[in-house]
Order: sequence, then structure tokens, then C-alpha cells
Amino acid sequence: MDLHEFQAKELLERFGIDIPGGRVVESAADAQRAAEGLGGRRFVVKAQIRTADRAKHGGVRFADSPRAAGVEAGALIGRSIATPFSPDGGARVKWVYVEEAVAAAQSLYAAVVLERTSGHPVMLASARGGEDLEERAERDAAAIQRAPLNLRAGGADGDFGGLTGRIGLAGATAASAEGLFRQLARAFVALDATLIEVNPIALTADGRLIALDAKLSIDDNALFRHADLRALRDFMVRDESDPVELEAQQHQINYIRMAGNIGVLVNGAGLALATLDMVCDAGGRPANFMDIRTTATSLDIARGFGLILDNPAVRSILVNVHGGGMQACDTIAEGIGIAVRRRAARCVPIVICLAGNHAEFARTVLYNTGVPHMACSTPWAAVQQAVASAKRETPSWLSSLVAKRA
Amino acid sequence: MAILIGRETRVICQGLTGRAATFHVSRMLSYGTRIVGGVTPGKGGSWHLDLPVFDTVAEAVAATRANASLVFVPPDRAAGAMIEAIQAGVGLVVCVTERVPLLDMVRVRQALNGSRTCLVGPNSQGVLAPGVAQLGVMATASARRGGIGIASRSASLTSEIVAQVTRAGLGQSTTVGVGGDPVHGLTLAQCVELFEADSQTEGIILIGEIGGSDEEDAAETIARLRLKKPVVALVAGRHAPRLRRMGHAGAFTSERAGSADRKIGALRAAGVLIAPNAHNVGLLMREALTPAPQGA
Repeated sequence: MDLHEFQAKELLERFGIDIPGGRVVESAADAQRAAEGLGGRRFVVKAQIRTADRAKHGGVRFADSPRAAGVEAGALIGRSIATPFSPDGGARVKWVYVEEAVAAAQSLYAAVVLERTSGHPVMLASARGGEDLEERAERDAAAIQRAPLNLRAGGADGDFGGLTGRIGLAGATAASAEGLFRQLARAFVALDATLIEVNPIALTADGRLIALDAKLSIDDNALFRHADLRALRDFMVRDESDPVELEAQQHQINYIRMAGNIGVLVNGAGLALATLDMVCDAGGRPANFMDIRTTATSLDIARGFGLILDNPAVRSILVNVHGGGMQACDTIAEGIGIAVRRRAARCVPIVICLAGNHAEFARTVLYNTGVPHMACSTPWAAVQQAVASAKRETPSWLSSLVAKRA
Repeated sequence: MAILIGRETRVICQGLTGRAATFHVSRMLSYGTRIVGGVTPGKGGSWHLDLPVFDTVAEAVAATRANASLVFVPPDRAAGAMIEAIQAGVGLVVCVTERVPLLDMVRVRQALNGSRTCLVGPNSQGVLAPGVAQLGVMATASARRGGIGIASRSASLTSEIVAQVTRAGLGQSTTVGVGGDPVHGLTLAQCVELFEADSQTEGIILIGEIGGSDEEDAAETIARLRLKKPVVALVAGRHAPRLRRMGHAGAFTSERAGSADRKIGALRAAGVLIAPNAHNVGLLMREALTPAPQGA
């Protein structure tokens, strides 16, 4: 779960990390009032979108008065901002965060991230923060310094003193940076985070370190032990993300919308990725990524297949299932049967390849539930058929089948 | 000989009395796997599926001389179960549990350091030596005993490739699911080393996907060992939908590797044959194993 800046800052503040005063608002008028309430002479108005390089793409504005803050907020709210790291089509701005601007004598960078290969978290730091850090690190690997973390009861330890030395800090600044690293490590473990990034961190004239931006991702698999973060997720679900993808999530299905016209249903993420590759190689364009989890029931699968049927862009549907121990083919066939019965008016060619556990029985289930489809014995044959069907104007074989069924 | 498991493997199942474990252990028993007991805290002394149940792994190992454990414990307790098996000195631990919290896996990796345990998973379909033993939840119908070693990060795609390899007239020595989670035990690179040393294995298939650097590490191992056996690799996810990226931290770690192109490039440079697509893996391996005509 990726959090918005305002949510991340609220959580990090609980661990003693300094943040500027700020408020999240949904309208220009509220933005102006928020700025008036904050006081101060200069404000930052920031689009709440979850992506890297927000500032580079116009998502961060400065204002010299509360009125100007309102104007900037009005220009951001409702707009879509696309960065190279946002999903296709960009991210729509629903909220802006109005903050007092902080004058920085120097800006630092710090992050905690879980490193897959070594299997432990690492603290990353630099004495020069900002969005261009990645390019600088590309030229000079020493621009980023790292310290591996060891999990201990209630937190994580690392050589933070050595880290501040390596990024060239000394004296009081080094001591406060060491304190900040400690707080970030504690937050990382306590929140079951997979990423915390504070960039930039302002070093003020009076020697304080203030996190000007914050990125925080939480491990979805650990939400069972965080009631408060679960509530946060439910809030995000209700208020913002793609409702179709969320409905799928609730039904044990991973669904991501894509731009093409071939609906795809697969069990297992690896097979789903391989199937998308085959569709593209055969000259087709997938309409979605869909991976049925092993825990999905036939009713969950019916919902998932319904999402594909309800997508008006879909011109053909490819089902590629290899039943394993945890998810047998017949459960998926049953789900498809239910979905097709619920949407009898939707006429779209369905190509199905079934293999593995209960494949034979699943074919009987499809026949008994009257799902009009073309059966293929290998995934590649099914892919080619689905691609050809999506290109065809009228799927004649299907029209006749549907006529018979009706 | 297969890798990791064989006829001499004596297996206990942690979480044996649960519903999923009951179903799958029955299948494994009928496949011929030597399952010798189970562990469910609080149910020690009882019997389940005609197998003795113990309260702890240490008790089960002492009583049954088990040398492998299959972990079938829900995600909130899976890490504890893995650590218990590691501390009891079990040689092979296979965890099929999905959705284990990442920081729990960091603790499991810390427990693995300096231990004598080989951990497979979590989120693994398990290890299968066709015709010999099954330690996991994979489909077995299309697997045949033979000379191809398969190591994979994905379960259902592996079943598909196994079926294809069998259709191509080849069998499998062992199929190993290293698991799809970011932090896991056994790696693709370690599988390559095991397969290279295994006398039954004649060719190796690696099934990778985008994310992480398991494939790049395997490529490095293949180049370093100057592998004699042919390796065919499939990397899934060339056309995956673009996902959101938060911040820059990922670019400063091994996450930087991870695109399909980088993985394919690294494997190809190590002399691995890249399957252009998921449907031609089996045939590519058969061609690789067919000796070139004399004088060609």
C-alpha cells in the first residue's frame, strides 16, 4: 500500500520526525483558509499523487500569500499529472497539501528500503537531496551512502554514526542526522514498511532537520497486525483508487486495467505475465492483467470474469488456466459459468485453454453451464485464436451459438 | 538422483492438522512421499492421517528422524514455524504459505545465517522429483521422470512448462519453486549449482519474471561455473502493465535490476538460450540436447 504524503507525514511525526505545519484540503477556498491558519509568509501547495518526480512535472507550487496558495490549489485540483513513474494516463489530483515553506541552508536525503538480494533493510543517505539525486548517483556512486540494518526487538540497528561521517556531516548536524536515521529505522519496523523516503530534508539555519517530503509504502501482507493502517487502507479504497481494481482485490483477484481489447483471465501471476507476453507477440493488445489467487472461490471468479465482460473495450476473452493443487480448473469453469449466465446479453467470443488438475471435469462444467466458447489444447493456440477473434468484425460462430442458447 | 529430495527424504508437515495440509499431505502420501509425522502446537500425542502429531519440531525430529519439513502454517505464524524448523536443525524446509510479511522473512533470513538448513520459499509450490517424491502443492499429472531440471519463481507457469517439456518427449529430474516473494530462501543461482552437480540432470530450465535480481544472479553463476549443461530461460513480463514507482530509493538497490530486458540480456551474455515465448521452452530444450550432426 503506497500512502499519500500527508498520510506518511502524519505517521512519521509519531516517531518524532520533524515536519512543517500543513493541512490537506480538497478545494481552492479551503487551501486559502488553511494557509491563513498556518501563518507565515510563504507556502507550498503540493498535489497529493503517489509517484516519484512529482515536483519535476508541475505537482509542487510555491505561493507568497494565502490568496496565491488558493489560486495554485485551484490550478492543481482536478488535473491529471503524468510522470514517467505514474500509471498510464497519469494520476488525478483530488487533494492538495498546503504547507508552510521552510528555508533550508542545506538539504539532505534519507531512505530505508528492503533490499531483496541481501534480505535485509538498508538505510540510504546523501548530504545533497532533491529529485536529481538519481542522475547524480548514476555519475558518482558515492553520492549515495548505505548502512545495512539488523532487526532487533522493537526496531533496527545500523552503523548510523559511520553513515553520517561517510556523507560528510560533522558536529551538531551529524548528531541530529544520526537521531533522524534512528527514528526512520524505528518507524520502518514499527509500521511494517517496505519503503520510507524523506527527500529533501531541510537543514535549517538553527540546525533542525525537517522532512519536507515523505514517501511511505506499507507491506499489505502485514496489515493483519495494524488495525489503524487497515482503516487507512479502507479509506483509500473508498475515496480514490480505481473501483474496478479494488472490487477485484476484495475477491482474491489481482486486476490491472490496460489499454487493449483482449480480456485475459489467468491463474497465477507468472502464468499471467507470460500470457500477456504471448498475446502481444501474437499481435494482440491485452485489456487487462488478471491473476486469480489460489484462495478465490467460484463466486470470486464470477466477479472477476464479470469485470472483463463489463469492459466495453473487450472484443475477445482469453482464459488460460493451469490447475494446480491449490486452485483446480473446475472452480474457475464454475465461476465463468456464473458470470456468463448473469450477463446473457453480452456477446463476446471466449477462448479457453484448460490444463492440469480437474481440466477434464472443468470442460464438462463449461458444457453443462452452456458457456459458448472455443476450446484450445495449448495456450499458444488459444492466444492466436483470441487475437484473431478480437480483430474480426462479427464473430459468426458465436452469434449462432448465442442464438441457439437464447 | 534428484536435487534436494529423494527416496531417503523423511518429511514432517508443520500445520498438518489444518484443512489445506490435510488435503495436500494425502496427495503427497499417495504419490509415495515418505511423510513420517506432523507438528501442531497443542495437538501433540494425537494422530492425523495415520501420522503421529507432535507439539514441537524438535520432538518430531527426535521421534521420527525427519530431515525435511513442509510448512503449511498461516501467514501470521509462518515465520515462527520456519525459524523453529531452522533451530531444530532440519536440513530442508519448504514453505508453501503465501503472503508472509516481509519483515518476518527478514527475521527468517537472519535465523538462516550460519544454520545448516536449506529453505525453499515461502510462496513456493514446492519441490517435485517425478516418480520419487512430492513436497508441495503442484499438479503432478503431466510430470515424467527424466533429465531436465526446472527452477522457477512462479507456480502455475511451471506446471505449464512441465507439461510442455513432457510433450517434447523429455522428463524432469526435479522441479523447484523458489517462490515469488521478494525475500526468500533458495535462489535460482543455487538451483543452477545443484543441477550442474546432479548426475540425473542433463539440461536446466530457468523460469523467471520481472522484479528482483534472481535471474541476473543466476546468469553470473552460470558464467562463473562455465556450465556444461545447456540452460534455457524464460523471463515473463516483457509486456507487463506499468506499475507506479514511489521515490528513488529502489534505484539505489538491487531493485535497479529487474526489467525483463536486463534479465534477458544478462542471461544471454552468460550463454543461456532465451525462449522467445512461453510456448517454445520445451522444444528449445529438446533442440539444445540434440547433438549437432557430425562435420557440421
